[in-house]
Amino acid sequence: MDILKWTATELAAKIKNKEVTVMEAAQAVLDSIEKKERHYNCYITVDNEGIMKRAEDIQRRIDSGELTGRLAGVPVAIKDNMCTQGMLTTCASRMLGNFIPVFSSEAVLNLEKEGALIIGKTNMDEFAMGSTTETSAYGETKNPWDESRVPGGSSGGSAAAVAAQECFFALGSDTGGSIRQPASYCGVVGMKPTYGTVSRYGLIAYGSSLDQIGPISKDVTDCAAILEVLASHDKKDSTSIFRNDTDFTSALIEDVQGMRIGIPKDYLGEGLDAEVKEAVLRAAQVLKEKGAVVEEFDLSLVEYAIPAYYTIAAAEASSNLERFDGIKYGYRTRDYEGLHNMYKKSRSEGFGAEVKRRIMLGSFVLSSGYYDAYYLKALKVKALIKKAFDEAFSRYDLILGPVAPTTAPRLGESLADPIKMYLGDIYTISVNLAGLPAMSVPCGKDSQGLPIGLQLIGNCFQEKKIIQAAYTYEKARGVFGTPTAEKEKV
Amino acid sequence: MANVISDETIEYVGILAKLELSGEEKEQAKKDMGRMLDYIDKLGELDTADVEPMSHAFSVQNVFREDIVTNGDIRDEILSNAPGEKNGMFTVPRTFD
Repeated sequence: MDILKWTATELAAKIKNKEVTVMEAAQAVLDSIEKKERHYNCYITVDNEGIMKRAEDIQRRIDSGELTGRLAGVPVAIKDNMCTQGMLTTCASRMLGNFIPVFSSEAVLNLEKEGALIIGKTNMDEFAMGSTTETSAYGETKNPWDESRVPGGSSGGSAAAVAAQECFFALGSDTGGSIRQPASYCGVVGMKPTYGTVSRYGLIAYGSSLDQIGPISKDVTDCAAILEVLASHDKKDSTSIFRNDTDFTSALIEDVQGMRIGIPKDYLGEGLDAEVKEAVLRAAQVLKEKGAVVEEFDLSLVEYAIPAYYTIAAAEASSNLERFDGIKYGYRTRDYEGLHNMYKKSRSEGFGAEVKRRIMLGSFVLSSGYYDAYYLKALKVKALIKKAFDEAFSRYDLILGPVAPTTAPRLGESLADPIKMYLGDIYTISVNLAGLPAMSVPCGKDSQGLPIGLQLIGNCFQEKKIIQAAYTYEKARGVFGTPTAEKEKV
Repeated sequence: MANVISDETIEYVGILAKLELSGEEKEQAKKDMGRMLDYIDKLGELDTADVEPMSHAFSVQNVFREDIVTNGDIRDEILSNAPGEKNGMFTVPRTFD
């Protein structure tokens, strides 16, 4: 019985049928972590002490019939920018190196209500700023498919933990591609829901108008089931939306007959790796053979998404991160003279280079004299980008393209040139500006055996169309495999 | 047009951002910010004269609620995260003499 090979929903069904206990599942995950963490470093915190007691408690509540949820007893990893009551939450920053939240984020509470078992907190880029998980103050995470490569980011620890079978699923957050891109690099499924679908309460904010929590999972079925649990209307998040169409598993249907799918020509041009392009177009062909109507079109404005995004995200970050002042929580410098010097020194010592870079840029574009030229201009471009998507979705049910221009880069290659790193976000970033839902599904491997992701983008509130197309594609594709299975073959 | 960031600008932004950068960090920040702004200037190619700035991707309304306390007294838990605490309060450096 190899528990770790099961998907989250398979495990939950077997727990329900008494084929396996929650404690056995927890032990399997702890053993896997014990064996693999020194190679991959997916986690910042593993709750070694508390997990078994909580597993027993969940088992008791399943046995008594109190917990009947679809994820009851399933071990899950949480990105370390979501507050977990009583469990260290660092945002991968020195600034929050000793921060123990006094409440849990709503997304985590929703999982706990369902009976999911929280194992620990995953590594990420510091404050979710980065595309490689290398800006973490707690060391880099390595890609389980190839340890010389990054897992992507910023939810790199979550994606790597799912790929390495160090959990059954994970939560990530996506501000400019931070769920979809690591999912693509690690060969797992990742979804960013429509803005407002999952409460941001307790998610430590980066770019509030762009941030959205979502699932990282082994397959599309798990993804739909997890999203169904995560989605809720929360009065504590004023941008949370009430939806009565969150029965996402009802869209697990093998049928794309007549579905209209558009591929932006701008997503296939310069900069896109030839092997990635081939794999993505092959996936499009699969959907076409299943009855979808697939054609290329001009989305336009694609090249303006990155400058608009980095202006808006940096502006919001500079404002959101003002709360880290060395008084209420977090890091305080040792020696200082007066209040302002303490603020400045605490922040300068507590934040890493990429975070400081974005706070500086954000402070500049919001400053008097530059606000109109930069920040306001970016908000106007955002409106144009949204309009371009509106026009596209008047003709298509879904937009299909790559997730990232390449497969996972080598460790240490990306941080030297920030703008080059930012360019890697070109296919994911406009989705956040327009508030759209999008999913990354594994669609092939390059000649070096590195996973390639297919991106499916839907109009606002059209997650079900994405899930239906992704499910149909996944069935046609067959088993994708895991790094563990690859290594066993050798 | 290439953006040249002056020492004064970096000093000023440092005050706004409440960051104290070392000499080396300042030089790097000048370079980084100049390059980023050159890149962001690309937005100037688009005519946005008649475009309303969009802060939210779809229409949202302000959310109001009654001002009622719903959480319990967790003062001690909250203070246990503070770098400095005394008599149930946060400690801060002396701010006036």
